[in-house]
Amino acid sequence: MDKIVIENFSIRYSDGVESLRNISLSIPANAVTVLFGPAGGGKSTLLRAINRLNDLADVKETSGRILFNGQNILDPKVDVVELRRKIGMVFSRPVVLPMSIYQNVSYPLELMGEKRKSRLDEAVEKALKRAVLWDEVYDRLHDPATAISGGQQQRLCLARVFALEPEVIMLDEPTSALDPVSTARIEGLMHEIKEEFTIVWVPHNVQQAARMADYAAFFLQGELIEYAEGKKLFVNPKDQRTSDYVTGRFG
Amino acid sequence: MDMKRSLTSARIQELIGENLLRLVSFATVLPVLAIIVYIVIKGAPAISWEFLTSMPRDGMREGGILPAIVGTFYLTLGTAVFSVPLGIAAAIYIAEYAPDNFWTRLIRIAIINLAGIPSVVYGLFGLGLFVLFLRFGTSILAASLTLSIMTLPVIISTAEEALRSVPQAFRTVSIGLGATRWQTVWRIVLPQALPGIVTGVILGLERAAGETAPILFTGAAFFLPRLPQSPLDATMALPYHIFVISTQVPGMPVKIQYGTVLVLLVFVLGMNLIATLIRQRARARRMW
Ligand SMILES: Nc1ncnc2c1ncn2[C@@H]1O[C@H](COP(=O)(O)OP(=O)(O)OP(=O)(O)O)[C@@H](O)[C@H]1O
Ligand SMILES: [Mg+2]
Repeated sequence: MDKIVIENFSIRYSDGVESLRNISLSIPANAVTVLFGPAGGGKSTLLRAINRLNDLADVKETSGRILFNGQNILDPKVDVVELRRKIGMVFSRPVVLPMSIYQNVSYPLELMGEKRKSRLDEAVEKALKRAVLWDEVYDRLHDPATAISGGQQQRLCLARVFALEPEVIMLDEPTSALDPVSTARIEGLMHEIKEEFTIVWVPHNVQQAARMADYAAFFLQGELIEYAEGKKLFVNPKDQRTSDYVTGRFG
Repeated sequence: MDMKRSLTSARIQELIGENLLRLVSFATVLPVLAIIVYIVIKGAPAISWEFLTSMPRDGMREGGILPAIVGTFYLTLGTAVFSVPLGIAAAIYIAEYAPDNFWTRLIRIAIINLAGIPSVVYGLFGLGLFVLFLRFGTSILAASLTLSIMTLPVIISTAEEALRSVPQAFRTVSIGLGATRWQTVWRIVLPQALPGIVTGVILGLERAAGETAPILFTGAAFFLPRLPQSPLDATMALPYHIFVISTQVPGMPVKIQYGTVLVLLVFVLGMNLIATLIRQRARARRMW
């Protein structure tokens, strides 16, 4: 089943350059779809379009459609708050909010109006366990979130997203600031849970792309060059440019 | 060899630079300290329970300065009531909501320039608008509103600065988690900006408490041997009282002049102290 269907999507920032040109792409549920390619290709732009975070940026015009569960989310009438709760996002640098570990996870729930302490406690514990962070922080939940390591902070960001119980999880180079051990943990974690979610992952190198991809889309300067099952694309790319990039001949 | 030389010369530069800066900062603190010490020495003998809690007598040459203390307190409070919510709201709008276009930039420039207008101009404006046109008369209300208008630019620009210094990433993350803009401002940005905002508020109110010109035509009374009963009463106030007893009353004991100055000084420094305490508490709770 296709969770997100992108049809002829183009976007132009106010500097005038078209950052994505006529992208069509179907992202299936219960799998990891990897968006990769050299810097400036438009991968982050696409993620921010899908959860409408681009509303905060200086976008001049967009065209095409992005269907989420069949609904065009570019429609101005869409409830963006609702949308962002269903499509959680993790950024490349772990940005913990300036509050305690506990509050970082309960924050999205409190936004929804949940005030009951028992419910919050429960949800926080569940989300932290999901992110495999509970064992490391259960005895200092009320310490500042900045007091834990970078890798732990990134898992905290994941826990925060889990607390939303989203349908889609988007990760924009989530391990680019992490050491190999933390990276492996997050990759393993996402691998384990992918059956329950739709995961869109922008990896920070080709190796990670190949490791994680059920499906892979190669972006180059705003264009979608090739999109296929991961196994096919990395073993047997159809386009010369994909092949060059995957084998490390450029980029 | 060469490297060694440049290293030592760098060290000498460092030494000179550091001591020069120390000297300069000491030189700027010194006059302030001197003024404070002088005022305390000259004014302290006047301070007594009676001085702080009774009415002036004998053409203000005797008795206390209670009405002036109470008046300045009311005026500062009145100014805070109008200018703090309005100023913070305006700063939030400009920093968090307003699109970055020609009009917004114009408004920001206007606000910055308003802060530089001489206070007597605000006084005349207040006379025209509040006292005469709106018929508030010479009153605490008119004077507070005038002081508010003078204070607003200070509060708006410092609060805006404080809001802008909160990292953008916090906003992105919060919005990404399904927060509205207002939830983001209320729960994340404002608490982080609070210390800076408090500083701006106190700076503005301190200036309001110490000004004479804006209240001269709008609310200050030369001599009123009773406490104001309503916002529509005129009132005595410390800064104007100091002016009056220093220039308008012959045979005024110097002790009383300095005593009054000392009280005003303590009032303003007290506000500073409160601001420092609030800042420290907020910083202790800050988590990043
Ligand atoms: N907020 C913005 N305003 C203007 N232009 C932008 C903005 N964000 C991205 N762009 C432009 O859009 C293009 C695509 O950028 P994007 O960040 O989506 O690329 P990316 O594939 O994520 O690259 P990277 O691998 O470096 O993260 C770039 O040319 C960039 O300059
Ligand atoms: Mg990117």
